[in-house]
Amino acid sequence: MENLTFDLAERSLRDLNQFLHKEANGKGIKQVTVNNPDGAHNIAVGLNEAISVNVHGHAGYYAAGMLKSGTVTIFGNAGTGVAENMMSGKVHVKGFASVSAGASAHGGLLVIDGDASLRCGISLKGADIVVGGSVGSFSGFMAQAGRMVICGNTGDALGDSLYEAVIYVRGNIKSLGADAQLEPMKDSDYQEVGELLDKAGLPHDPKDFKRVASARKLYHWNADANQEY
Amino acid sequence: MSNNEHILKRMLKEESAGFDRKTIDYIQNAAAHGLYEIRGLGAKRALPGFDDLLLLGASLSRYPLEGYREKCVTKTLLGTRFAKKPIELEIPITFAGMSFGALSANVKESLGRAATELGTSTTTGDGGMTQEERQSSKTLVYQCLPSRYGFNPDDVRKANAIELVIGQGAKPGGGGMLLGQKVSPRVAKMRTLPAGIDQRSASRHPDWTGPDDLVIKIQELREMTDWETPIYVKVGATRTFHDVKLAVHAGADVIVVDGMQGGTAATQTCFIEHVGIPTLAALRQAVDALEDLNMKGTVQLIVSGGIRSGADVAKALAMGADAVAIGQGVLIALGCNSDSYVLDGIHHDATEDYAKLGTAAGFCHNCHTGKCPVGVTTQDPILSQRLHPDIGAKRLKNYFKTVNMELTTIARACGKQNVHHLEREDLVALTIEAAAMARVPLAGTDWIPGYSKF
Repeated sequence: MENLTFDLAERSLRDLNQFLHKEANGKGIKQVTVNNPDGAHNIAVGLNEAISVNVHGHAGYYAAGMLKSGTVTIFGNAGTGVAENMMSGKVHVKGFASVSAGASAHGGLLVIDGDASLRCGISLKGADIVVGGSVGSFSGFMAQAGRMVICGNTGDALGDSLYEAVIYVRGNIKSLGADAQLEPMKDSDYQEVGELLDKAGLPHDPKDFKRVASARKLYHWNADANQEY
Repeated sequence: MSNNEHILKRMLKEESAGFDRKTIDYIQNAAAHGLYEIRGLGAKRALPGFDDLLLLGASLSRYPLEGYREKCVTKTLLGTRFAKKPIELEIPITFAGMSFGALSANVKESLGRAATELGTSTTTGDGGMTQEERQSSKTLVYQCLPSRYGFNPDDVRKANAIELVIGQGAKPGGGGMLLGQKVSPRVAKMRTLPAGIDQRSASRHPDWTGPDDLVIKIQELREMTDWETPIYVKVGATRTFHDVKLAVHAGADVIVVDGMQGGTAATQTCFIEHVGIPTLAALRQAVDALEDLNMKGTVQLIVSGGIRSGADVAKALAMGADAVAIGQGVLIALGCNSDSYVLDGIHHDATEDYAKLGTAAGFCHNCHTGKCPVGVTTQDPILSQRLHPDIGAKRLKNYFKTVNMELTTIARACGKQNVHHLEREDLVALTIEAAAMARVPLAGTDWIPGYSKF
């Protein structure tokens, strides 16, 4: 059996996650379909198997949280903290994502076809995030490593207190956060944006993107920075 | 000497209460540098604490157990509410969370080895789990902090318990600052940061913002671990009654309350000395909250923040804690503020190293500089060799064994064959403040200020 369907109207989330953690591997499952999620929280958290989980409907908080291996596709919207602390693999939200999408994610790829809300990519630690729409305020806050590609506009304070993560934006930036600065795009940037757009299946021209990175002025204690810390 | 000279001499020696030397130093430093002080360790001011309580040993109305003949049980179970695999400890004394980064790798290894030999747990701290720490610790509590430095699902799966840290007693509401001199290449790699830069930690978690979200966050950690691993929630002591109630409602198995005497690796002095409430007051509020919810015994309580001795532990348990966690006392046991260190079996004087930091043994709080003269709070490859894991583990084992012996001695003197049978009835207070905070009677009276009539 390669495919299996879990109907969350009839079975519990615990059943689903237990199956994904403890049973899927031994049964040769390659794809799990989840029907009627109805905004359930914690769908497929801690997935550590090379399988695809397709969620047909809206997911609640922390869908695909701490993903280690595999692919989770949400054919709907995702709640707070989708793909939080993801390590590798791929999470694809076909609809919109709520706050803190991809928070502190270390690796892998998060694609959001629609908009993402506040603090998208907060504390990012190495993952790639591609947002087809716009993002809310404080996106990329304290992002340490990794890349964000935002095809729409951004809210206030983009990239506040960035470390080494890089943010590419196609639309308008409402305002930059503390220590974030616009930098010229290099050939390597165009190439990276192009590759990420390809992976996300988005048709935009990399030449339309701007680069935002850290000015590194807060890397060492600076009393004159005052409220910027 | 003339009368005027006498007056002048007295005036020259009279220190102002409001503007004493400490305050004068603070204002003059602020004026000179435009910077607040960042330092390590905990509050230095005198606070109401366990020293202000006394235990009532048995006499005629109670009878004691034989100190050297009758056994006193110290086994402690934590995480019995929901987790399939609760934590079972031999003693109710645990090692508080302290990070690799703040502490050297040798210290982390010492902690793990000592904890395993003692049958207790140790805790990771900010910065993630090191391999040495996991390998050396039988029971390891893995902290999930706002920064999420080094936090990953592989380590979650290896943990015996997960501690969701919301706040720390030394700085409730505040983030952290590990100064660049301690961010070595290894620390930087674990934290996904460039080496040598100041590492800032956020004051709140990136993916949840309040108690309603916390319910779901805890459920995520449970789902992640298939409901096997106990979930602790740690709060810095402030509005402890309400915070504990909310943590219980959110589904915590164990609650850790850290009072303001708790230490830190590096925080603003104004935080350490002026934010939060003393451990004594927080503990009483935490127990009140659990009793109010009828959850005492179902949700276990660990208290930390300035616990030093077996007497402190006995008083904490009598007030209603199930276990204690020790951080600063552990550092001191390892040699923090000692005037010497042992290298290759020889005692070396550390006076000059303290002097270079502008301090002396007994007064040092320079954990944040990474130049710890005795090798405890450092990433410097030379300084960190000043504490060998063998010596560190032995000293910690000695310290905890002593604390545990004191605890059982006191418990037996109070007539208890199990340290968890110590109760509030065994306590009185020495001061009105302590009586009011701990809500136990002032010694020799039945008066509890604010609670019972004199």
